[in-house]
Amino acid sequence: MNLDLLTIEEARGLVQSREVSATALTEAHLARIAEKDGEIGAFLTVTREPALAKAAAIDRLAEKGDPLPPLAGVPVALKDVLMTRGVRTTAGSKFLDHFVAPYDATAVSRLEAAGAISLGKLNCDEFAMGSSNENSAFKPVRNPRDTTRVPGGSSGGAAAAVAAGFAVATLGSDTGGSIRQPAAFCGVVGMLPTYGRVSRYGLIAFASSLDHVGPLTRTVKDAALLLEVIAGRDAQDSTSADVPVAAYSAECGRDVKGLRIGIPREYFAEGLDAEIRAAIERKLDALRGLGCEIVSVSLPHTEYAIPVYYIVATAEASANLARFDGVRYTSRAEHAKTLAEMYRLSRSEGFGAEVKRRILLGTYVLSAGYYDAYYRKAQQVRTLLTRDFQNVFTNVDAVITPVTPTAAFKLGEKTGDPMEMYLSDIYTVTANLVGVPGISLPCGTNKEGLPLGIQILGKHFDEATVLRLAHAVEQVK
Amino acid sequence: MKVTEKDVAYVADLANLELTPGESGRMAADLNSILDHMDKLNQLDTAGVEPMAEAVSAFSASAAGDRFAYAQRADEVHPGLDRAAALANAPDTDGICFRVPKVIER
Repeated sequence: MNLDLLTIEEARGLVQSREVSATALTEAHLARIAEKDGEIGAFLTVTREPALAKAAAIDRLAEKGDPLPPLAGVPVALKDVLMTRGVRTTAGSKFLDHFVAPYDATAVSRLEAAGAISLGKLNCDEFAMGSSNENSAFKPVRNPRDTTRVPGGSSGGAAAAVAAGFAVATLGSDTGGSIRQPAAFCGVVGMLPTYGRVSRYGLIAFASSLDHVGPLTRTVKDAALLLEVIAGRDAQDSTSADVPVAAYSAECGRDVKGLRIGIPREYFAEGLDAEIRAAIERKLDALRGLGCEIVSVSLPHTEYAIPVYYIVATAEASANLARFDGVRYTSRAEHAKTLAEMYRLSRSEGFGAEVKRRILLGTYVLSAGYYDAYYRKAQQVRTLLTRDFQNVFTNVDAVITPVTPTAAFKLGEKTGDPMEMYLSDIYTVTANLVGVPGISLPCGTNKEGLPLGIQILGKHFDEATVLRLAHAVEQVK
Repeated sequence: MKVTEKDVAYVADLANLELTPGESGRMAADLNSILDHMDKLNQLDTAGVEPMAEAVSAFSASAAGDRFAYAQRADEVHPGLDRAAALANAPDTDGICFRVPKVIER
C-alpha cells in the first residue's frame, strides 16, 4: 500500500482498523523523510524517538479496540516558530540555534492530545519573515513540484512537507500570507483562520496583530478536521476569542446553491498571470453551474495594502524582536565588555539580513518625527481596508481571489530586491490586516506543470462558509 | 534620497544593532526603495479616520460595549515556568539568576 499521500481520514482509518499500525505509518513517513528530504530541505529537526514512542502508545489503544481520538496516528509536522516542549525550536534563526522550548504551543498540545504524531520541526524564513523560504538561516527549501523553484514562504517547509509526502498535515503560521502563498506554490491546501480563532500561545511572535496559526493539508476536509482540533478559546492567549467552534468538517459536501460570491475587480487587474486568471474563471463557471451567484465587487483600497502591511508588520516586529538580546534564550556574542555592547553584538551576529532590514524599517516608522507620517497613517488606512470588507460582506457570503500574481518563482529570482519580493504578497496581506479567515487551495496547473492557487475569504468567524465553498471548488473540475 | 547612512546609523542604534559599512549602504538603499513605495499612502485623505491597531476588539466587545472585555480575567495566581526551566537556555547563569556583563562602567 502506498502510504505517501494519505488524507487524515485515511490515515486514522488504517490505524483504527489496525490495517496499518501507527508505528508502521510513522516509520514509513520517517523513511521517506530520510530518503528525500536531503533534496527538499523541509525539516530542521526530526524527532524520531518521541514520534515512535507516541505511535506505540496509539497502537496499544487501537489494540484494545477503544475508539481513538480524532487525529490518532496521523503523522504531522510543525513549523519551527511553534514551541515544542523538550525539542529544539529555532524560528529559522541561528540566534535560536540551540534553544530548546520549555513548553508546548497550545495548537501543538491540542494536536498531541488529539493523537497526532509529530515527526519534527519544519524549515521557514527566519522569524517567519519572507515569501520564498530563502531567508532561513539554515538552508533554503526547494519546491517538491520543481526543485529549481521556491516553495513560497514563510511556511515553505510546512507546504513542501505536505506536497512531498513527509507528513499528512502540518501547522504553519501566517502573518501576511505565509500559509496561503506556499500552499499555492506547492499545490496543497492552506488555511488562515479568523484572527482570534486559534490560540497563538507558544507561537514565536513576529507581528502580534497579524500573526495566525493554521493548518496545511492535502484536502479541504483535512484542513477542517485540523481546525476543529486547534480552534477555540485558550486562557493562555487573551486575544483568542470565546466563540464556539463549529463542526467544520461537516460543512464539506454541503450544498453551495444560493451562495453569493464576490469577485473584487482590484484583485484581477494588471499584474495577474493570465493562466491563473483563466484557471480561476473556470472554477467560477463551475460554481455558477452549482447555483452560486457570482457578482463583481470593489475593494477600493487594495492597492494600499502592501505599504500598510509592511509598515504595521515591521513596526510590531521591531518591538517583538527586542526580546532577543543574548540574555535569556538566544546565543550571546563573545568578548562583549559591557551589557550594552553585549546586546548590540549578540543581535548583530544573531539576526540575518532580512530580519535586520525589517527591524530597522519598523524602528524608523515608529521613530520621533515619522510616527504620524507612516505608522499612524498606516493604521488609518487599515481602518479603510476593513471598511472595504465590511461593505462587501453586507452583499456577499464570500470573496474569491487569486493567492499569488504568478506561480512559484525560481530560487534567487527575487532575492536582489526586497521590494519586488514584498509586492508578491499583494493578494494575501489584506486578510491579515482585516482579520478575516481565508483558504488557499489548488486550482490546476499551468503549462509548465506548476500548481496554481485560488483564495476564498470569508466573514469574521465564518470559517464554515469558507470551508463549505472551498470543498465545492475542490470537487469541481 | 530620504534616508541617509547617517539616518540608518541612528535607527540601528535605537534598535541595538551594529551594521558593517557594507550592510549600512545596502540598508539605506533598501529603506529608500521601500519608503518610496509607502509614500503611496499620502494619496489618501485620512483626516478623521480612526486608527486601527488590531482586529479583535471590533468583534469581541461585550454587551456593555467594553472593547477589551475579552482580555479580562479573574486575578488568580497560577504556577509559571519553574526556575530551572527558565534558566535552561541562558548563555550564562549562576543557577539562580541570568548573568550578564557589567552594567555600570566606572
